[in-house]
Amino acid sequence: MAEKYLMKGNEALAEAAIRAGIDGYFGYPITPQSEVLEYFSKWLPRKGIAYVQAESEVSAINMVYGAGGCGKRIMTTTSSPGFSLMQEGVSYIACAQIPCVLVNVQRGGPGLGTIQPSQGDYFQAVKGGGHGDYRLIVLTPNSVQEQADMVYKAFDLSEKYLNPVLILSDGALGQMMEAVEFKEDYVKPAFDPTAWATVGGVAKRGKPVQLTSLFIEPERMEAKNFELQAKYKKIEENEVDYELYHMDDAELGFIAYGLSSRIAKKAVDLAREKGLKVGLIRPKTVWPFPTKIIKEYSKKVKAYLSIEMSVGQMIEDVKLAVECKIPVEHYGKTGGIVLSTDEIIAKAKKMLGK
Amino acid sequence: MGETITKNGQEFEVVWKKPNLQPKDMHYCPGCAHGTLEKLIQEVIDEKGIQDQIIGVAPVGCAVFAYDYINCDMQEAAHGRACALATGISRVLPNHAVFTIQGDGDLASIGLAETLHACNRGENIVIFFYNNAIYGMTGGQMAPTTLPGQVTSSSPDGRNCKLSGMPLKVADIVKEFDGTCYVTRQAANNAVNVRKLKKAVEKAIDNSLNKRGTSFVELVGNCPSGWKLTPVDSYKWWEENMMKFYPLGDIKTEGGIK
Ligand SMILES: Cc1ncc(C[n+]2csc(CCOP(=O)(O)OP(=O)(O)O)c2C)c(N)n1
Ligand code: SF4
Ligand SMILES: [Mg+2]
Repeated sequence: MAEKYLMKGNEALAEAAIRAGIDGYFGYPITPQSEVLEYFSKWLPRKGIAYVQAESEVSAINMVYGAGGCGKRIMTTTSSPGFSLMQEGVSYIACAQIPCVLVNVQRGGPGLGTIQPSQGDYFQAVKGGGHGDYRLIVLTPNSVQEQADMVYKAFDLSEKYLNPVLILSDGALGQMMEAVEFKEDYVKPAFDPTAWATVGGVAKRGKPVQLTSLFIEPERMEAKNFELQAKYKKIEENEVDYELYHMDDAELGFIAYGLSSRIAKKAVDLAREKGLKVGLIRPKTVWPFPTKIIKEYSKKVKAYLSIEMSVGQMIEDVKLAVECKIPVEHYGKTGGIVLSTDEIIAKAKKMLGK
Repeated sequence: MGETITKNGQEFEVVWKKPNLQPKDMHYCPGCAHGTLEKLIQEVIDEKGIQDQIIGVAPVGCAVFAYDYINCDMQEAAHGRACALATGISRVLPNHAVFTIQGDGDLASIGLAETLHACNRGENIVIFFYNNAIYGMTGGQMAPTTLPGQVTSSSPDGRNCKLSGMPLKVADIVKEFDGTCYVTRQAANNAVNVRKLKKAVEKAIDNSLNKRGTSFVELVGNCPSGWKLTPVDSYKWWEENMMKFYPLGDIKTEGGIK
């Protein structure tokens, strides 16, 4: 059995990245993410691994571009305002198809907002954020254990698809302490970047690498977009991940990811004690979104309740999934105010007409 | 006698070889010095035999297609971000030389923070700075380096320094940083200056390979199209105005963080 550690979510994330074989980290301090940067600032230089505290998030994401473009395992972490600053770079990285892992430990917005946890960056994470037709693979941990596990997965997926992968976390998951175990049997999948990465391989390859997102001729730009879309389709077919909880006999389905799913799960248990047949679908990837399973269960449940720490963003994807066949309602809080199981249950009662 | 070739039974000494650039036509306007810099970089890569020990970063600006010409692995940066990319590359490939090519809009305006911080950290990179005192690619707007009184498409009455400040002399700023080991200003308006520029390119790339710190090579350049001058007139303006405001020569030849 692996050893257990008591750690903050932010620290677990950094430790997992080191164990997953990170080759470089570039970041900028921002609450509630700074422990990740601090953890790396201690351990990476000691291990001889590249680490730079960049002059801004704009620079950090572009250092990720440069280093990731050399085929290395590269990561940056930030929180909401910082992730906004990174969007230009994210768009360039997505188009140039550079593998890397990005982390947004979400805080409340808009604007400078609050340092309290939030899920208000859902649109930014799954609908673009930067310019152009691109997608990020977006993983949504809901525990300190998953803050660690999803880092390995994120690196592997980013290399499998040559696509940036975003871990969409939040201030509560980053700050809370839980027991965590690190995989002892992790093996880095084989990965040979020499065909596309700037590693100095002209002699071997017979031609220089041009890592670019510039395609002036309309036909070449469109061809690039078709190439990206074909890749995104493959990801949608293969990488959707979710968890079902008491959905078998549910009359009402909760849908929640990340921290909200922890509270929603508790609400399911409490509601069932009161005789309410509710269940939970928890997306572990919000892009690709578990559209199919939500659609399938829409034939069994009477309604869905989308539970988010926002004014209602993911609910749009839930509605798209059910194609107006059943009612979909929202329950949420913003500003870092904690979701209430009592309020969720009251809402569930009402929706079930009880 | 150095390298020789035999043609029609006769032996000739090689005095100059066409640089091993990629077989693409350069897109630069007639009379523009952008291409000269790229040819010189290629000559140095060839002579040192370091095609696979050097990585380049192209900017957003007229040198954007440098990766179509220079024959080594290259990345294309977002506008102003070349020094951040170069930092990322150099940190994970510490034994490679890394260079950027950047215009004055790219380097001195939108990318000033990235540039100054890379110099201050003493990244082991070369920054080739093509300063033509104008935004060439976007049609000749005012740059931070545009000369006092210079007419551009966005300073139609001439640069008013009360409104826009004085032209930024970036080489004079970065020379102050311990991180820079070599800061120089060169031109490419005649054979003598081209030869001097080549020496600077050589020295700078050598610094990067040997991890001596940041080399900042400013090429005081021209832009006949943006300046709305014929190539010949642009040379006159280049010599009479640009080189006066941006005097040529080495500004710093030693440094780097020990
Ligand atoms: C974020 C962003 N803003 C603006 C532009 C438009 N743009 C392209 S090149 C350029 C200026 C180029 O001038 P300079 O860097 O001096 O290069 P030159 O063409 O003169 O060599 C600008 C503003 C852009 N591509 N991206
Ligand atoms: S616009 Fe100016 S800088 Fe650009 S290629 Fe033409 S002359 Fe050279
Ligand atoms: Mg310019």
